[in-house]
Amino acid sequence: MTDESRHDHQPDNDPESDDPTGTGTPISTTATNLFDLRSVIALLFGVYGIVLLIMGLVSGNDPENLAKTGGTNLNLDTGIGMLVIGALFVLWVWLRPLRVPAAPDGGAERS
Amino acid sequence: MTAQEILRLDPNIVDYLLVAFYFVLVLGIGYAARRSVSSSLDFLLSGRSMPAWITGLAFISANLGAIELIGMVANGAQFGIPTVHYYWLGAIPAMVFLGIVMMPFYYGSQARSVPEFLLKRFNRTTQRVQAVIFAVASILIAGVNLFSLGLVLEALLGWPLYVAIPVAAVVVLGYISLGGLSAAIYTEVLQFFVILALLIPLTVAGLNRVGGWDGLTRAVTEGPSGGADLNAWPGTPLTEIENPFLSVLGIVFGLGFVLSFGYWTTNFAEVQRALSAKSMSAARRTPIIGAFPKALVVLVIVTPGMIAGIMIPQISALKAEGGEAVDGITYNNALSLLMKEVLPNGILGVAIAGLLAAFMAGMAANISSFNTVFTYDIWQDWVRPDRGDRYYLQVGRLVTIIGCVLAIGTAFIASGSQNLMDYIQSLFSFFNAPLFAIFILGLFWKRMTGPSAWIGLLSGTAAAVAVDVLVRVGVLEISNQAGSFLGAIAAFVVGVGVAGAVSMVTAPRAEAELTGLVWSLTPKDARTHSTTGDDAGWYRSPAVLGGAVLVLTVVLYIVVG
Repeated sequence: MTDESRHDHQPDNDPESDDPTGTGTPISTTATNLFDLRSVIALLFGVYGIVLLIMGLVSGNDPENLAKTGGTNLNLDTGIGMLVIGALFVLWVWLRPLRVPAAPDGGAERS
Repeated sequence: MTAQEILRLDPNIVDYLLVAFYFVLVLGIGYAARRSVSSSLDFLLSGRSMPAWITGLAFISANLGAIELIGMVANGAQFGIPTVHYYWLGAIPAMVFLGIVMMPFYYGSQARSVPEFLLKRFNRTTQRVQAVIFAVASILIAGVNLFSLGLVLEALLGWPLYVAIPVAAVVVLGYISLGGLSAAIYTEVLQFFVILALLIPLTVAGLNRVGGWDGLTRAVTEGPSGGADLNAWPGTPLTEIENPFLSVLGIVFGLGFVLSFGYWTTNFAEVQRALSAKSMSAARRTPIIGAFPKALVVLVIVTPGMIAGIMIPQISALKAEGGEAVDGITYNNALSLLMKEVLPNGILGVAIAGLLAAFMAGMAANISSFNTVFTYDIWQDWVRPDRGDRYYLQVGRLVTIIGCVLAIGTAFIASGSQNLMDYIQSLFSFFNAPLFAIFILGLFWKRMTGPSAWIGLLSGTAAAVAVDVLVRVGVLEISNQAGSFLGAIAAFVVGVGVAGAVSMVTAPRAEAELTGLVWSLTPKDARTHSTTGDDAGWYRSPAVLGGAVLVLTVVLYIVVG
């Protein structure tokens, strides 16, 4: 069961797939999914961005929506903004992949 | 129309899907975090492994709960620009102080909680007194969060309160008990971004509707405040002090010193985020990194509030006529009404997710810190000492469930109270101000003794409760806001005075035991942190970052005025 959940987050890191978890060293597992948070944020903004982008393209310029937003296609703009932020997080994960802290730190504390 | 019809949003299927996706993700995090939980330290303090940017954002997100969000948009609608004091003078200096001055003692002492720190500096009685006070306060405040969340679900989605409250409690319970503090911290960071995704489009569309910033200032100047809403100083409507000079003094010393330092330096829900940082340097940077978004986020909180004051007829009527409510609508409804007014379906779903996320952040912060304090300070150090780590991990999980159940109870208690904001503020004056008095005195005065700490703590709380009662029964004829202000000051003064007096007649602890706990007995290199590896670089220096955020705050004050 636990192995499945591990795979959920792995694909985002694939470009840097010498993933520390693969080395088999007994590192603190908390550290392992630490930076996965960046991928989770990217995932959230990616999905939200795509949905809003589609909403913006489909109905963003309907008079009813334009009346609400005061004339901008808010779904489209926000969708694009979210995709850009999501892409920046992906870039961050890709450029600065997870580094495992030196083993003594993680191991010493759990006596 | 009834208030409920006015407030009802009209989410469509896409909105619901966006909300659902958020919660699936949040529960997924809890599940994924679970596999990394292997000891009670992992569960309760995230194994001290978090990088500073995560703990920093979690630090501010733990504070950016729903009551905060809704209450501050309401303040923006009611008072306008003076609301910024809560975010700038009322937060930034205290957050920098926490990072630079206090964090070396908190983090360096290896304490797992604020009460445990009190044990190290004072004695066991102080730890227990504070642990019990804190546990009670956490559950009371968690109940307020849960009740408010239920109210929003009721108003926005039409769920009845007795369904909405337990459902919300179960979701919060789900992700904390699955993953402990890791899950709570992760989702807090996620929530921070979703809340921004709510506030920024809301501000943009709102400004579009009122004709940009110029249109907004013109409308506010022509409005009932006559433009006073546009100036941060002297903020007389906010403080309810008529003399402008005294009002400024009240903001600087009351809000800027006693309340804000008391809140930010001792509130465990926030401090705990810094304790889970991976190094001393990261722990010191945590509140300072959090200070940057804290300083900026108010711009997208006050602006929508002011826009709501112009665009929403009931809120405008409230501003013009005064009073508590128009058509059952209060200032507290400003945020959701503006969402309804300017956000099209799609982004509306993101906004609802953000709002629900904010309520859950507040409650999760209360529950997870209640959990830590109960498990370590009440159960492990007092009731059932000397069991294995696995045992305390089990206790931690069980306490989370009990905490959520208790919060459902206190939520229904809170539903009977008339004004939640007053309730919360009174609680802070009871619990945070005396604690701050004890902390500051103990940190800088090595002569301060153990018994003086808990006696000072209880007397300070008693003083604040006394002020509260005097205000309520009408002996002191001041507003509730000014009452909690006065209560906090009384608690601080009485706490320091009593602790000082008791210290003179009781025996101090040996100086050797207080190294690392008292300023003058801690060598300078024990107060500094490593500057190598992940902590290297001038841009990671807490002092540089702290200076930068203080400069930013001054610039913001100059620009916004």
